[in-house]
Amino acid sequence: MLVTERDRMKDQIYALADQLGRERSSLIPILQEVQKAYSHVSSFAMQVIADALGIHPVEVNSVVSFYSFLHTEPKGRFVLRLCRTISCLMNHSEKVAKQLENELGVKFGETTPDGKFSLEYTNCLGMCDQGPALLINDKIYTHVTPDKVHGLIEECRAIFGVHAMQQKEGH
Amino acid sequence: MIEPKNKNKLTFATIEVNAGLKKAIALSRADIIGELKESGMKGRGGAGFPTSVKWNLAAAAKGEKKYVVCNADEGEPGTFKDRLILTDYADLVFEGMTIGGLAVGSDEGIVYLRAEYTYLVAHLEEVLAKRRKDGLLGKDILGKKGFNFDIHLHMGAGAYVCGEETALIESLEGHRGEPRNRPPFPVDTGFNGKPTIVNNVETFAWAAAIYAKGGAWFNGLGTEKSTGLKLFSISGDCEFPGVYEFPMGITVADLLKEVGGSEAKAVQIGGASGHCVPAADFNRAIAFEDIATGGSIIVFGPDRDLLDIAENFLEFFCEESCGQCTPCRDGNPKLLEGVQLLKKGECSMQYLNELLSLAETMQLASKCGLGQSSPNAFVSIATHFKAEILGRTGKAMQGGK
Ligand SMILES: Cc1cc2nc3c(=O)[nH]c(=O)nc-3n(C[C@H](O)[C@H](O)[C@H](O)COP(=O)(O)O)c2cc1C
Ligand code: SF4
Ligand code: FES
Repeated sequence: MLVTERDRMKDQIYALADQLGRERSSLIPILQEVQKAYSHVSSFAMQVIADALGIHPVEVNSVVSFYSFLHTEPKGRFVLRLCRTISCLMNHSEKVAKQLENELGVKFGETTPDGKFSLEYTNCLGMCDQGPALLINDKIYTHVTPDKVHGLIEECRAIFGVHAMQQKEGH
Repeated sequence: MIEPKNKNKLTFATIEVNAGLKKAIALSRADIIGELKESGMKGRGGAGFPTSVKWNLAAAAKGEKKYVVCNADEGEPGTFKDRLILTDYADLVFEGMTIGGLAVGSDEGIVYLRAEYTYLVAHLEEVLAKRRKDGLLGKDILGKKGFNFDIHLHMGAGAYVCGEETALIESLEGHRGEPRNRPPFPVDTGFNGKPTIVNNVETFAWAAAIYAKGGAWFNGLGTEKSTGLKLFSISGDCEFPGVYEFPMGITVADLLKEVGGSEAKAVQIGGASGHCVPAADFNRAIAFEDIATGGSIIVFGPDRDLLDIAENFLEFFCEESCGQCTPCRDGNPKLLEGVQLLKKGECSMQYLNELLSLAETMQLASKCGLGQSSPNAFVSIATHFKAEILGRTGKAMQGGK
């Protein structure tokens, strides 16, 4: 990372710490905001957060490693989380899983080479009466069948296209 | 997101919003808790602790600062009723929390919402903003001098164990969600060491309903030991899955009739940590004194392989165990291996008995409810379906897939 980028991240984290409070209980909210902005929590970010809250970086790392929605490596722009719990399985989520792998060309636990999609399993999403359930970033999809997978991914690609253009125009 | 049409009528839809709060605000603290006591309500999250006792302990605890925490971590496999309540009846939940604040003497409420439900945040913030605007949150609520209470959301980060109340508090404090030893209990030493009540989403919504309609109304429903109504999340092999409301004490058979699941050979009651109830026991009642549950009901049709189910649940617990204590950390993988042996038809009765004895150790020696209850499904399947699970040849068999 460039020094200027690091400085920018540092400023941002200190601003967050001021806004959310420099208590230990702000740690997870700060981590969530950093991840939202940078798609992951890098070791540099963990170091800065630790400094801002006056705790040891190991403490920050041990918290990040505990929670499945926090991660230290970059993920795709879209994180697809398929429910693998029993009610969805009884509605054949394994077929959806196979088709997701077919469409994206990666296995579960991997990210596409273009950095757009990460594919993961997750546990019960609270949509068991309407499974198979799939969470794409913060959005929930229900009654997902293998034939719908392609369309869902295209939908993401379309959003990504628009988003990328907006960013360009914004600069 | 569109809810399926088959959900039955919920009492929550008929409760006048804020009627309960208006009533409670005119009562003394003792009378507020008295009304709840009269209702006989036990917590709707699963453990079934009487809500009035919890509130009374927190009310009596010494401390300037106290917290009211709503447990919206809903992660038990097969549970989705809290999501529906937060979507359709968030006002009742916030109202119940506000009454809780009045009852225990707290000015701060926190909703611990699971990360998977981030899509609910905008809606919940909107309802909170409206309540602030209407003088139902903030300073001098409804004109009552000195009654200050506000609520904020706190997001979880993907960990089932954080639904356990002491793990939830650890998480709120910015730590790994590792359950604490109890005692001390949260009503005494909770969030930031302050007295804290932690209640389920549904518990707060019923509390609001109870003040609106009276404790006696609620007490008159259900059974003597399990009063009132309860929401159930029903999924699996039935015609009409969805969220249903039934009085406590309903038999499994009657419930199955309502949801079109009478063909079932077994029903998982209480989610992955609950029990797998065989058809022979369908005349039993769903109530704290018989089969207790936080409301997760998963129906298994005649063709389901129960070992697939035990395997799925044990994979879940292996993944979600916080790893703090040995029985749970090492026991769940051992049981999972055992189920896989059974699936291959390579498990002797002697080894099965050893697994059952390991399960008993886990139930007794694990530190928190996760490890204590993770063997339940396996044990009930191994107890009630021995003929189905032993001596597999790998070929399809009766009761297998
Ligand atoms: C592993 C584990 C997970 C739990 N998850 C939840 C949950 O998601 N929601 C909930 O309300 N209670 C959950 N509980 C129960 C809580 O510890 C606690 O009993 C409950 O929030 C108390 O509220 P109630 O008395 O209103 O039911 C869980 C317990 C354990 C052991
Ligand atoms: S029983 Fe399991 S989840 Fe609970 S404290 Fe022990 S290891 Fe952690
Ligand atoms: S089992 Fe998939 S959402 Fe609950």
